[in-house]
Parts: sequence; structure tokens; C-alpha cells
Amino acid sequence: MKSIVDLLHHMSPERRTLALRLIAMAGLGLGLAVLADSFGSMNNLVTVLRQASLMFLLASGLSLVIISGGLDLSIGANVSLSACLAGTVIAATGSSIAGVAVGAGCGTLIGIVNGWLIVGLRIPSFIATYGTMWILHGVTYWYMDGQTIHGMPSEFRMLGSGFFGGIPLPVYLMSLFLLAGTAFSQRTIWGQQIYAIGANPVAAKLSGIPVNHRMLLVYTMSGFMAGLASLVFLARLNSAEADLGEALTLQAIAAVLIGGTSLFGGRGTLAGTLLGSLILAIVLNGMNLLGISANWQPFITGVIVIVSVLFDSLGRRRRA
Amino acid sequence: MLFGLIVIFSLTAKDFASSANVWNVGTQATLLLLLALPMTLVILTEGLDLSMGAVLSLCTVILASVDIASGSLGLGLGAALAVGITFGVLNGWLVAWMGVTPFVATLGTMGLAQGLALVATEGRETVGVTAELRSLWEGHWVGLPIPIVGALVAYVLLHVVLYHTRFGARVIALGGNREALRLAGLNVNWYLMLVYVIAGVCVAVSAMLLTARINGGNASAAIGMEFDAIAAVLVGGTSFTSGRGGLLGSLFGVLTVSVLRNGLNLLALQASVQVAAVGLLVIVALAIDARAGKV
Repeated sequence: MKSIVDLLHHMSPERRTLALRLIAMAGLGLGLAVLADSFGSMNNLVTVLRQASLMFLLASGLSLVIISGGLDLSIGANVSLSACLAGTVIAATGSSIAGVAVGAGCGTLIGIVNGWLIVGLRIPSFIATYGTMWILHGVTYWYMDGQTIHGMPSEFRMLGSGFFGGIPLPVYLMSLFLLAGTAFSQRTIWGQQIYAIGANPVAAKLSGIPVNHRMLLVYTMSGFMAGLASLVFLARLNSAEADLGEALTLQAIAAVLIGGTSLFGGRGTLAGTLLGSLILAIVLNGMNLLGISANWQPFITGVIVIVSVLFDSLGRRRRA
Repeated sequence: MLFGLIVIFSLTAKDFASSANVWNVGTQATLLLLLALPMTLVILTEGLDLSMGAVLSLCTVILASVDIASGSLGLGLGAALAVGITFGVLNGWLVAWMGVTPFVATLGTMGLAQGLALVATEGRETVGVTAELRSLWEGHWVGLPIPIVGALVAYVLLHVVLYHTRFGARVIALGGNREALRLAGLNVNWYLMLVYVIAGVCVAVSAMLLTARINGGNASAAIGMEFDAIAAVLVGGTSFTSGRGGLLGSLFGVLTVSVLRNGLNLLALQASVQVAAVGLLVIVALAIDARAGKV
């Protein structure tokens, strides 16, 4: 025990954050394995992993936004609209490729609009994306008019529920974006500039970083990831409704915050967000296995968000 | 903007200018005003309260169930007030003492309130409140509908508090001049807390009207209503960043949002189109505000 404490003590802060999350996750997993027999079954673990992968796709784009010191409240509504549009196109043309193009394109376009509102019109990010969230919400409900789109072709459904070598396809997608995103944020100049903008926007501007361009890029990526996540959700659920993404914004924010990314900007890693997504997926899955009603989910997610921001604020105070 | 909307809707929607509809808009607007007034105070302090709609829904659920179970309106009101004040204290504590950014703190408490309302009702509606409670929406007092009297009283009270007390002056200063207040030796935390508690009280009061109107409680009765309130405040010229703005502007903002929704409704456009229109209104108001701020 003492050696573990020593080890944690000598780690860099980033590694320590990740190690603590891993320990928390292992503890949660062990606890659940004791409480609910079915938790440890291969089937269930695969389900949890797939849920976490879906959540990570959405939360990874949001992580970059939060690292740059902003917030994107529109991602859930973005998922709803992108999934509904992609679903309509696939149902009408039967072409999965057209559907993927429409879903990803719609998401990206929404991201560009958000970026323009924030960079071009200088509207604070949380209120700009809160406004677009309600616009998208209204447009989606108007467009769907209470209908549900069913019956995606089987090759498209592979994207959400297919397997390759015994592992769900979304897990491969998640790994791809984890590696690419980590390489981008940690190993490229652009990525490092995004951290710099989040840590101190004024200093970043004065040191010659093209702040507007990088911010536009961050919101575009967040929109693109929401569009991509919408496709995987659509493929997994095999149906689209106007309320598809409603609960996802709060969950994605929870995943990012649990993963140790600071709302004050400039701090956080995608690996942390992955662990956050896993922890959130384990908690929600565990509640389900223990027979706790799904009505409790928003409450629990709210508690998680509040507890994580409390830790974030206290940690910042200690550093200051 | 309000004037323009009124002209457009009078020309395009047949029943818009009828006296029945004018009373209707006025009465509907009272609910929104009761949210927009405290939201003005919150935004003046550079804050935001995203939890209002969810807390309002929770209050209708609590008020309706207590009212039905006990048959006593007083008990129900007490319970709703307790819920509103609890959430106000929680929001205020998170924002003031813990230094959490307001929109995230209240996003979290929004989840709490929404979840509690869902758990309490298991997604069902509670209907059939006492006639005494229903009369709060339908009744009249000296010839005026009770909701309008209530909203006017709230407006006057908050106006006096904000513009004629030391507390109000300090709330306004919290926006542009927080550091100065701190240096003057004031404990700004208590002022911030009070602002969020006032918001909680107003939410509980509007829950009375809403429960009376829909004759019950519903976990999703007021989801998203905080957005209309924020829209009204922003359209009314209150700014997030500079401590500019005021209650009179918000009153006009409330009328603008209510007229917009009512007009679109008369033109037979669904609620979803109305939500998108209010969203556009917010973006336009923010863009204008940002331009003005730059000059």
C-alpha cells in the first residue's frame, strides 16, 4: 500500500490524475462485481465498453473545447438533428455512404456555425451554444413531427453493433480517435496552442497564436465528433427520434469532468476523458443491473457533475 | 423589436389584436416575467441560472402532490417554497463559496431537479388540484386576473429592492465591480447567495401559477422555460459582461418573447418552430450586444 502511495507521489500531475481514475474505476468495477453477479460476465463487459466508446466519441470533441477554455452545450441537440437527417437519407436512398456523409456533414456545419458565433460575433461560448442548442432542438422536433425512423440497412448497423475479432466496432473507432486526438493535442504545435489558449487567452494572443483560427477549429471538431457519434448511435439503436441526444450533453460534460479536464481551461487529456467515459458507463450500467430505475439517471449525472466541478474548483484554489 | 412584431402579427394573424387575445398574452406573460425578473438579477452579477425550468417543474410536482394529499394549499405552497429556496441556497453556495462557474453549477443542479421530479412522479402526471389552488390562475382581484396582480407586485417589489436599497446597489456593482466591493471589505458571497435565493423564491411563486394553470404537476411542465427567461432578459438589453441593463428592459423582453410565441401560435406554427424562433432571437440580441460593446 505504501509503495502505491509513494508511486503516486512521484508521478507527474497528469499521470497521477489518470492513475487515480484507474484506481477509482477498478474499485467501482470490483464493488459491482460483488453486488451484481452479471456485471463481470463477458457480455456485460462488452456492453459497457461499447457504451463508453460511444460516449467517448462525443466527449472527446467536447474535451478539446473545454481545454481551450470554452464550452459546447449544443452537442446533444447536434446528435439528434444529425442522426435524424442521416436516418432520413438512408431510409430514402438506401445508401449508407450518403447517410454517413449527411450525418457527419450536418454535425460539422453546426460546429462551424458555433465557431463563427463565438469567434466572429464574439458571443461567449456557453450562451452561443446554448442558443444554437435550442434552435437545433426546435428544428429537429419540427422536422420529425413526432415520427420515428426505423429499419437501417444491416451494413450500416454494423457501425454500431458489429464485431471484429470479438470486439465491437465502436471500440475500434474510439481507439482510433483516442490515438489521433492524443497525438494531435500533445504532439503538434496546433494542439499545444489550444492548451495555451485555454490557460491564458490574452497571453496566447500576445505571443502570436492565431487564436481565432484555433478556436474555430476546436468548435468545428466538436461538431464533427457529434455528427460522427450520431451515426454510431443511429446504427446502434436502429432508429432515430427527435429526443435521441437530449440526455447526452450532461453525460458528456460529466465524462469530461470526471476525466480530470478543468473547466477553467488549459488542463486535461483525452486519455482522462476515456477513463471518465468508462467510469460513467460503469455507473449507469451498474444502476441498471442493481434494478435502479432509469429515472434516477439525470439525478446521478447531476451529482457527478457537481462533485467533479467542486473538486476542480478546490484543486484550482490549491494550485493558486 | 416589440413594436415591429406587434405590427407584423396584427396584419398577418386574424385574432392577434382581439381583446381576448391581448388579455391572454398578458396572463401568459406573467409566468415568464416571474422567471425573467430574478434572471435579470442573476445575469447582472455575471451569472446564469439554467436550473430554473427544472426546479419550476419539480415545484409543480411537489406543490400538486402535497396539495392533493393534504387538501391544504398553505402546506403545498410551503413545500414548493422550501424546494425553491433549497435550490437557491445550493446554487448560491456552489457559485459564491465554491467558485464554480454559474452555468455549470446550475447545469448540474438542473440535472438534480429534473431527476428528482422524474423519480417523484415516475414520469406520470399528477392531476386534479384543489379548487382553491386553481383559482389562483383563473380568479380575479379588483377586476384584474390574479396572475397579473401577482406579477405586478413582484415587479414593484424587485424594482424597489434593486434600485432603492443598498443591497440592490451592491447587486448591480457585483457585475462590473466585484473586486471593488471585495476591497471595500464586503462579503460578496452573501450577496450572490441572496440573488440565487431570490430566484428560488420567484420560481416557487411561478410554480403556484403554473400548477393552477395546468391543474397539476408534471416533471417536464417547464423544461426549457429558463431559456425563454434568458431570451427575455437578453432582448431587454441586460448584458452578461458589463453589469448593464435592468428590470424595465426585461419587462419589454418578456412581452417581446410572449408576443412572438403567441403570434407564431396564431399562425398555426408548432411549439418547436417557436423554440427555434426564440433561439434565433437570442443569437440576434447577443450579436447586437456584442457589436455595441465593441464601440
